[in-house]
Amino acid sequence: MKIKNLGLVLSWLLLGIGVGTSAGQEKIVITGSTTVLPIAQKAAEVFMSKHPQVKISVMGGGSGVGIASLIDGHCHIADSSRAMKASEIQKAQKKGVEPKAHVVALDGIAVIVHPSNPISSLTLQQVKDIYTGSISDWKQVGGPAAKIVVISRDTASGTYEAFGELALKKARVRPDALLQASNQAVASTVAKTPGAIGYVGLGYLGKEVKALPINSVLPSVETVLSGKYPISRPLFMYTNGTPTGNIKNFLDFVKSAEGQKLVEQDGFVPLK
Amino acid sequence: MNRYKEIFFHWLFVVLGFSALAFLLAITLLIFKEALPIFKHTPFWAFISGQFWYPTYEPPDFGILPLILASFLVTLGAVVVAAPLGIGTALYLTELAGRRQRAFLKPLLEILAGVPSVVYGFFGMVVLAPFFQKAFQLPTGLCALTASLTLGIMSIPFICSLVEDALSVVPRMFREASLALGANHWQTLTRVVIPAAGSGISTAVILGISRSIGETMTVLMVAGGAAVIPKSFLQPVRPMTATIAAEMAEAPFGSAHYHALFGIAAVLFVLTLIFNVLAEAVCQRFRQKLGSKL
Repeated sequence: MKIKNLGLVLSWLLLGIGVGTSAGQEKIVITGSTTVLPIAQKAAEVFMSKHPQVKISVMGGGSGVGIASLIDGHCHIADSSRAMKASEIQKAQKKGVEPKAHVVALDGIAVIVHPSNPISSLTLQQVKDIYTGSISDWKQVGGPAAKIVVISRDTASGTYEAFGELALKKARVRPDALLQASNQAVASTVAKTPGAIGYVGLGYLGKEVKALPINSVLPSVETVLSGKYPISRPLFMYTNGTPTGNIKNFLDFVKSAEGQKLVEQDGFVPLK
Repeated sequence: MNRYKEIFFHWLFVVLGFSALAFLLAITLLIFKEALPIFKHTPFWAFISGQFWYPTYEPPDFGILPLILASFLVTLGAVVVAAPLGIGTALYLTELAGRRQRAFLKPLLEILAGVPSVVYGFFGMVVLAPFFQKAFQLPTGLCALTASLTLGIMSIPFICSLVEDALSVVPRMFREASLALGANHWQTLTRVVIPAAGSGISTAVILGISRSIGETMTVLMVAGGAAVIPKSFLQPVRPMTATIAAEMAEAPFGSAHYHALFGIAAVLFVLTLIFNVLAEAVCQRFRQKLGSKL
């Protein structure tokens, strides 16, 4: 029985190797941001069904992981929800990698509160003060006297870094902010906590939370696209140098009308 | 022919027996090898006594004192919940319960032990947290108390089964002698059985601590996750395990942040090791005390 199983496993392995190296198939590896992951995943599926000779494997891991693996030559395309840092570009150039950025979609980060919260809008400065700790009571921004429960993301997430740059101007989030490990967890915690404030990608807005206008602009596809909404960011795919062949075809597909439709379906803002 | 077979199986089992050791060595080596670079960046003392954890900023801060204290606080609370309940349940099961009650309770405890930790976490998040939020008028119910209670409930079957083992090795004649001298059931329990099993019970509690401190999923879900030095049980905290679980997936391989997370793992490893060694030491004393009767 044991031996039989072993044989089975071995034959699977051999089969796997066989498929992996079968002639004529090109493999594209995509790694990086979990924010961009659903876009890359869907685009890859549709692209592969049109070009069966191309095999695309898509993995998450986070923007930092994606960029690091592009630098090390472990992937062809790195998804990132933030621009590369100067230190990363330096590291890439040292290894002979010329990172090239492709904007594939736009994403707005909405500031959300509990639906029962009477606050109707905040300024970007107020958001910053709440998150850095100089405002800690709703009273200070015109609400009822109640402690603000600040909810943030784990420090390694791309949303956290983008929010930190766009809304907080790189100031440190107050250390007693609650940590949640995903957009969904932030939304559900805010929905259950009357005094809470949190931030999520546009795709995660729902009826159970209230999105606040920032500088009197509500987050929406239109306001992100027009650049009026202040907490918005481009989502990137990075390649090593100018892409050619099927990598170029794939990126062109993501940016095409059909690809951008997939972007919209996932709750992000398409480029046009 | 038979001889070769015997030799073969002898060595097969030697290899299997030592494979656990090999895995342990490999894991230990990996943790410390990956942890070491962070201490070049942040000296060990600054790492464990630093009050701020900002791993992704420029320049980053790697201070894990709030995380260590959070782990201890949550574990302390869990033991306060689990030790009396676990020991009490074990005493009832071995000393007082009839066969039918035992046949009913024992499988229930085993089911409790088999519930996945993510389910406990979910229970804490959906039931306990909103309850505490209302009961204590808290800004949020995701706090050290919720985490402690959830972890405590999780640890009851674990502590209970270890205490049961400890009680079962108390020789029958101890009880009989006590009862024969005219002591009642309660006196026999508190003055003979519990002292005789004392070290075993302590071992159970210490192993319970060492298990709670390493529990990850539950605390990630219900402890709240604020990396500040905890001042009360009603405050959100972030234990070490929750930090590793939340950040490891997105920390770039080989970065200072990555090594810092391994640094936390190394600290956790050493702490757990201390508790396990302590448990073993107490257990040794227990064996000596009951001497040849075992």
